[in-house]
Amino acid sequence: MGLTNEKIKQRLTEKFGEGLFSFEESYGMLTVEGPKDHNLKVLQFLFDDAELNFRFLTDLCAVNYPDQPGRELAVVYHLHNLQENLRIRFRVFTAITEPDIFTASKLFSAANWMERETYDFYGVNFVGHPNLKRILNVDEMDYFPMRKEYPLEDQTRVDKDDEMFGRG
Amino acid sequence: MSRPVRFNIHPIEARISDAVAVAEAPEGYAGEGFFTSKLSDVVGLARKNSLWPLPFATSCCGIEFMATMGSHYDLARFGSERVGFSPRQCDLLMVMGTIAKKMGPVLRQVYLQMAEPRWVMAVGACASSGGIFDTYSVLQGIDQIIPVDVYVPGCPPRPEAIIDGIIRIQELVGQESIRRRNSEQYKALMNGYGIE
Repeated sequence: MGLTNEKIKQRLTEKFGEGLFSFEESYGMLTVEGPKDHNLKVLQFLFDDAELNFRFLTDLCAVNYPDQPGRELAVVYHLHNLQENLRIRFRVFTAITEPDIFTASKLFSAANWMERETYDFYGVNFVGHPNLKRILNVDEMDYFPMRKEYPLEDQTRVDKDDEMFGRG
Repeated sequence: MSRPVRFNIHPIEARISDAVAVAEAPEGYAGEGFFTSKLSDVVGLARKNSLWPLPFATSCCGIEFMATMGSHYDLARFGSERVGFSPRQCDLLMVMGTIAKKMGPVLRQVYLQMAEPRWVMAVGACASSGGIFDTYSVLQGIDQIIPVDVYVPGCPPRPEAIIDGIIRIQELVGQESIRRRNSEQYKALMNGYGIE
């Protein structure tokens, strides 16, 4: 089992040079950030490359960082190399005013529902997705509930006393 | 030392009157071979002692309901032996558990499919008020979409509490006028929920 985080980093740097940055290793898992326009190129390379072989998309989700202007939304891909049992995390950032990310559903079929979920909760617009509509929330919902600007609580409740909920 | 053997040679005869509670007859005028009373009282007596519940169980309150139906608590003692799983056959909708907003229209449709007269019981904090789920995805009480007759508090309520709720429903059912569902007040309530 020869593949290590150092080898992945070296292989990615050979291919993309300065295109990929912010290499981090948290709890032994390599994290790398890329430009949002090239997310498919990076994913395709990780998929196709004979050494890297990241062919399983474990998870796809978004994170909202409201205090990072211009890069409020992160889309995170968790990839798994099943032969080496090694995982990496690939992130792209985008502005909340223009949340367009190319869809990975052509490369990974699993991304179809995951991207719909990410759209449902964060409003990330996956360009090229075959069926980008809400998957978990009610269809009538007119906002993206996991964005930090919206309160978590239900606003229709009238009997709620904030002091009783410890936030008075 | 050998164990003493006891023979049950003089068993106490079980008296049927100790085990069976007979429903009280409604007010009326009785004579030899006849009895007169109000039709609504007789209908109410029949209805309240043969409720068919429709369990709409979505979470832990449903587990408590299973205990309530089991042999230890035995809801069948109160005439609710027959749990129906078709809304068209049932009188009492028991909503037990968290109702997500996405499930709201489903619950409403189940209610609409029930025939009159129909009663609704909200079991547990979630069905009554949303409970601890004060969040964007959970309906804050089923009374936002359908009228509720009895609320049972608890998280989850014990089987005793559910039985108490059933008995309160029975009180309502027994005292209800058979014309109540034609009344202006009832129609206004239904219109308040947008139900024809």
